[in-house]
Amino acid sequence: MEISKPTDSARAEVAHIGKSVVVRGELSGSEDLYLDGQVEGSIELHDHHLTIGPHGRVKASVNAREVVVHGELNGNVHGSERVELKKNAVLTGDIVTQRIVIEDGAIFKGSLDTQRAAAKPEPKRETVEAVAASVSSSFGAAPAGPAEPALVEQKK
Amino acid sequence: MSSVTHHLFRMFRGNAEAATALPASELRERLRRRSSGLAEFNHAIEGEDGLRILDLGPTSPTNIAYVTGLGHRIHNEDVLKESEDPSLVVPAEDGRPTRDADRFLAENLVFSPATTFDAILCWDTPDYLHEALVKPMVNRIHRILRPKGILLAFFHTRDAGPDAPYYRYHIAGEDTLELQCGPRFRLQRVFNNRHIENLFRDFSSIKFFLARDNVREVLVVR
Repeated sequence: MEISKPTDSARAEVAHIGKSVVVRGELSGSEDLYLDGQVEGSIELHDHHLTIGPHGRVKASVNAREVVVHGELNGNVHGSERVELKKNAVLTGDIVTQRIVIEDGAIFKGSLDTQRAAAKPEPKRETVEAVAASVSSSFGAAPAGPAEPALVEQKK
Repeated sequence: MSSVTHHLFRMFRGNAEAATALPASELRERLRRRSSGLAEFNHAIEGEDGLRILDLGPTSPTNIAYVTGLGHRIHNEDVLKESEDPSLVVPAEDGRPTRDADRFLAENLVFSPATTFDAILCWDTPDYLHEALVKPMVNRIHRILRPKGILLAFFHTRDAGPDAPYYRYHIAGEDTLELQCGPRFRLQRVFNNRHIENLFRDFSSIKFFLARDNVREVLVVR
């Protein structure tokens, strides 16, 4: 199996699977992966990035921190931080992620569940009340809660 | 109940597999139109959080952003594109090509028995879908839409011809749609109001909105 680190400095820390490679089974790792070949099975990268290149043909469940798809992916995707479908991407499967970016032209068949990031530990009660009182006196009403970051980006 | 026209629905004979690409400039251009049906659809889904919405049109980043921005979960399935799969073409009894509805439903709109949707964006899919697939698809929709769930669909009026452009619909606001030319699917037929009512006869209610262009908007409640 050809898994090599390319000399290209832009990909210096990224493992690379070329377009002539076919992998069947479980693929796991603790570094970022650029995949331009075929994979059937499962891909587990947990805290790392997976990029499926334009020639990539993947039939697998995917678990990574960030998943970028240029090619075809058939399987469920869990991107703990972010999933991005490029304009020629074809994804059939369910996506669970915090943030999704879909370019116009990408094809997606499945469900999308955008989960919010784990809440930060709540500050002490006195602090919350103090802030609420401060806001209330300045603007007349306290906001319902902290502003949420945008969960979905649109990219054309 | 809405007035019922006495015209039979019009079938457009010809090549149904003519989904061809358009020039890039036409694909990029978007037209905006107001939609009373969409406004009512949005009014229904805005009150609650975490609803399950099914979009039967082509993948629209705009719609995905809009629906998930409301705190809902979206499922996307472009049934018209899937219906163009050449392997679905089978000969009918009279020898003319038709579509294998059983296989189409074995491969599309397939969910676990416990999965139901709160709302469905059907757009104008029934107008462009092959005749053999229309009723089976509506029956499947009836099964997967929860009771009191809603469906938004568009139907061309009889002024539209077989070459009426196929649009992708993007939700640009609470009552505003952006229409973007899609692949050249061919309009298969024009339903009259009676046929639309028959198509959704298993549902509890149907409401028509007449738009200025050649489109009727229909909001159906399961």
